Formats: sequence, structure tokens, C-alpha cells
Amino acid sequence: MSPILTVRDVRKTYDGGFEALKGIDLEIEEGEILALLGPNGAGKTTLISTICGITVPTSGSITVGGYDIRTDFRQTRSLIGLVPQEIALEHFETVFRTVSFSRGLFGKPRNDAYIEDVLKKLSLWDKKDAQMKELSGGMKRRVLIAKALSHEPKVLFLDEPTAGVDVALRKDMWQVVDELRASGVTIILTTHYIEEAEAIADRIGVINGGQILLVEDKAALMARMGKKQLDVILTDPIAAMPDSLKRDGLELGADGDRLIYTYDTRAERTGITRLLQDVADAGLVLRDVQTRQSSLEDIFVGLVHQDSAGDTP
Amino acid sequence: MNWRAIAAIFKYEMNRFVRTWKQSLVSPVISTSLYFVVFGSAIGSRIDQVEGVSYGAFIVPGLIMLTVIIQSIMNASFGIHFPKFMGTIFELLSAPVSYVEIVLGYVGAAAMKSLLIGLVILGTSYFFVDLTIAHPLAMIAFLLLTCISFSLFGFIVGIWAKNFEQMQIIPMMVVTPLIFLGGSFYSISMLPPFWQTVTLFNPVVYLVSGFRWAFYDTADVPIGLSLIAICIFTGICLFIVSWIFRTGWRIRD
Repeated sequence: MSPILTVRDVRKTYDGGFEALKGIDLEIEEGEILALLGPNGAGKTTLISTICGITVPTSGSITVGGYDIRTDFRQTRSLIGLVPQEIALEHFETVFRTVSFSRGLFGKPRNDAYIEDVLKKLSLWDKKDAQMKELSGGMKRRVLIAKALSHEPKVLFLDEPTAGVDVALRKDMWQVVDELRASGVTIILTTHYIEEAEAIADRIGVINGGQILLVEDKAALMARMGKKQLDVILTDPIAAMPDSLKRDGLELGADGDRLIYTYDTRAERTGITRLLQDVADAGLVLRDVQTRQSSLEDIFVGLVHQDSAGDTP
Repeated sequence: MNWRAIAAIFKYEMNRFVRTWKQSLVSPVISTSLYFVVFGSAIGSRIDQVEGVSYGAFIVPGLIMLTVIIQSIMNASFGIHFPKFMGTIFELLSAPVSYVEIVLGYVGAAAMKSLLIGLVILGTSYFFVDLTIAHPLAMIAFLLLTCISFSLFGFIVGIWAKNFEQMQIIPMMVVTPLIFLGGSFYSISMLPPFWQTVTLFNPVVYLVSGFRWAFYDTADVPIGLSLIAICIFTGICLFIVSWIFRTGWRIRD
């Protein structure tokens, strides 16, 4: 299957000389959910704006559904729905009219039943005649989603959809994303929340300093990170690891006051029982035991940190 | 051509006009009525006829021009500046619409609003003075061309302006003086010869003169010149608008 979105060596230098994108390559398959993670200023929004036509790329090419975003902009933009990061709505306009306007702007014939359906799915139907200024922040964000869905897009960009949104609404949004995926919509979301990426994405991309550092299947990424650490803290520090304890994955901490054991939670045997047995047999007295799990966040922070140090993986 | 998008923009803009009808329709009518009372009745009663027309009736074309020009600029500049200011312009830029469609939607709506206001003022003036319209078709054509060209101009102002203050400067500080000094309330033949020559550099003179000709068959400058002037102005505005969109100036990074 050919990808629905292809980004080839896209660069963007703003007038001030700031290079926001430094040669982005990305392919997205139809129907998948890609989460784009990155710190502030990494280029997430610039990338999305470029694909959507708000920003003009300095060089490189982008196709959506096989159409070029510059020469066939009508086709590509019709396929795309965009939920921006900033809430931008006209205060005095009503929900229904605002959403209908978006549908018309994207060249679709009027379809009140469809708009009604979208508003109902987003729990906005009872607010359809309310003015924007009467809505809460979370409601406004839903209106932005409704506008983006008003013209039945095939690709949906969600630029930090849950920033500043409470837990209940966040869960609601994940539900909406799930339903959209079921209906075959391809979704690209940017987020700061790693648990969000973990919860809904199929693939995860990490972007920093205008470059994509990694795009990987979530399951594969999680497998790489499915390691856990067990810290065995000793009452009396030791100078060297006793021979009877030496094994794969076990290290002595820098101060000699702890043994650090890394194991795979998915392995048939973790070796924890054996290790603790051997520790007791070696006559070491335990003060405490801790476990730690590396998360997507660790990988992310690690990647971005390495990259910032000029040590691109 | 994405006609649905043009219709959507047009409808959305007209809806704002209807929603704020007190401010957008009633206030120009009230202020024009004030002009009629002050200039037409109070002061005008002491002024003889100007070029064979009673002073109250003489100022009607100028008054309509004054309001229509200012309203066109304000409506069109606000229409495009507001989305820029609010950030809602992202949607316009990411929509499958060409520049031509954006201009048709916004400028079309702005021109329609000022045309409506112009017609309402024309209707209002019948209550104050006896009007004759010598060339009704030419009158409508002049009115329409003025609405369109100054809405284009307002669109440019709306994109150029970096804030609301800048946006107000053009209609208030530049265009209003030009209209007042452009023979709206007097015939330029009333001026000393030197100032008559200076006035001929004011483009508004040609508009007001042509519009007045459509009413009373008298003009300060030949009607052909008036037509050429408004066509040149429209042409310049169209050229600037197309340049703005070609380069994305102050719209698209």
C-alpha cells in the first residue's frame, strides 16, 4: 500500500534566518496513528503547518494521497483536517454556524445531518446555538475538532489536542480518536504527554531541532524499553562484587552501596528470586529494595538529550 | 473554482453585518441624517443654489460617497484583519481555496455591505431633500465601482495593518480628509484657481464629481475622466492584491 502522506527532505528557513526544519523525511500509511513527540520549538507545528499549506516550505516535496501540496493544493487540502494548537475561534459566532462555515470553506455541500452527527459525537450538540465566548476551554477545543472534521477529512492533524485539557476530556478525546481510526482516518498527533502517545499511537516519531530522530513502531519501541531495574540497597557498602553474585545484568553501584539488576519483565524467568537468594547466601544485609521501569519518557529524554549534545544516534 | 467556499465566506461575513446591524447599518444612517440637518437645513438654508441645485440636494452624492468609501474600507479591512488578529486565518490558509476565492468572498461581502448602506442613505435622503437622478444606470455603476474598488483597498489595508490602530489610521487620517477636500460638500469651482489645481491631484474629486454628474448632470471634471480615474484606482488595487497573494506578504510565511 502506498503511503497517504510522504514528506521528502523538507526544509524551512524563516525570514529571520531561523531554520525550523532541517530536512524532514516521513512516510505515513493510511489508517495509522502516528504520535510526534518533541520538546517545545522542535519543529512539530512548523511541520504540520507546512503540510497543511499555512507555511511554505523552503525546499523539499510533500504529497498527500499522491497529490503534491503545491501544484494540487485543492486535492491535498480537501483531504486534510487540522486541529491547531492555539484556540482560535470567533467569539460571537455560534457553534453550528462556525462548523458549517468550515464545511463550506472546504468546498463540501451543506449537510446538516453530518454536522449534527459530529457535534453529537463530541458532546457539543446541546451547545450548537451557544456563542464561542460562552464555552469553556475544553468545549472550544472540541469545536476546533468539529471544524476539522466538518469536511470529512481522510487525514487528521491534531496539534497538541489535549494540552491544558482535564483528564476526563482527555479520555473523551482518545475515544474520539479511536472511533476515527475505526472509520479509516489517518491521524497524526503531536503531544508532550508520553502516556498519550503510549495510549493511542501505532507508531511514534521523535523530533528535535528540526530533525526526525526516530520513527518506530510503538510495540517495538516499548519492547526495547520493556526493561526494569531492581536496586538492592545494602546496609554496609562493599568494595567488589562477590564472585557468587556475578551474572548478566547485574552491576555494583558507584558507591558500592547497591546492586543494580536489569531484567526483562516479559522473560519467562526474571532471575529475581535466584538473585535475592544468592545475596542472602553471600551474607549481605539488605536495607531496601526498589524497582524502576524505563518509560517512553526516558527514551525520549535520552534521545533528545543525546541529540542536543550533538551526538545524533 | 470553489464556489461553495466563496459562498461560505460571503455568508459568514454578511452574518456578522446582520448580527451587528445597529452598529453597521443604523449608525451610518444616523450620522448621515445629522449631516443633512446641519449642512442641508441649518447652514444650507443660507447658501444659494450650487450649479443650479439646492445645497441640501447638492451634497447628497458627496455624502453617499463619504459613507460608502469609509464603510468599504472599514468593512473589508476588518473582515480580513480580524481572522489575522484572532488566529482563525489558519483555516483559510489550510482550506482548498485560491486567492481569487478569498478576495471574492471577503471583498464581495464588504462591497455588498457598503452598497446596502449607500442605498439606505439614498433612501433616507429622500426624506430631507428633493432628489433627481439624471442618469440612474450611471449612478448605480459609479456606486458599485466605488464599493468594489474601496473594498479592495480596504482588504489591502487589513492585510498591511499590524494592529487595529494602524488599520484605523488610513480611513480616518488619510481617506476622510481626501473626501472632505474632494468636493463632497462644495463645487471645486468655488475654490481659488490655485487650490482648484491642487485639488485635481485628489483622486476622490473624480469619484464625487462623476457620481454627482449621475444625479444632476453637472460635474467638476469631465465624466470620462471620472470613469478613467476609478478604473485606474481599481486596477492599482487589483494589482497590489495579486502581488500580496503571489508573495504571501504578511499572510503566509
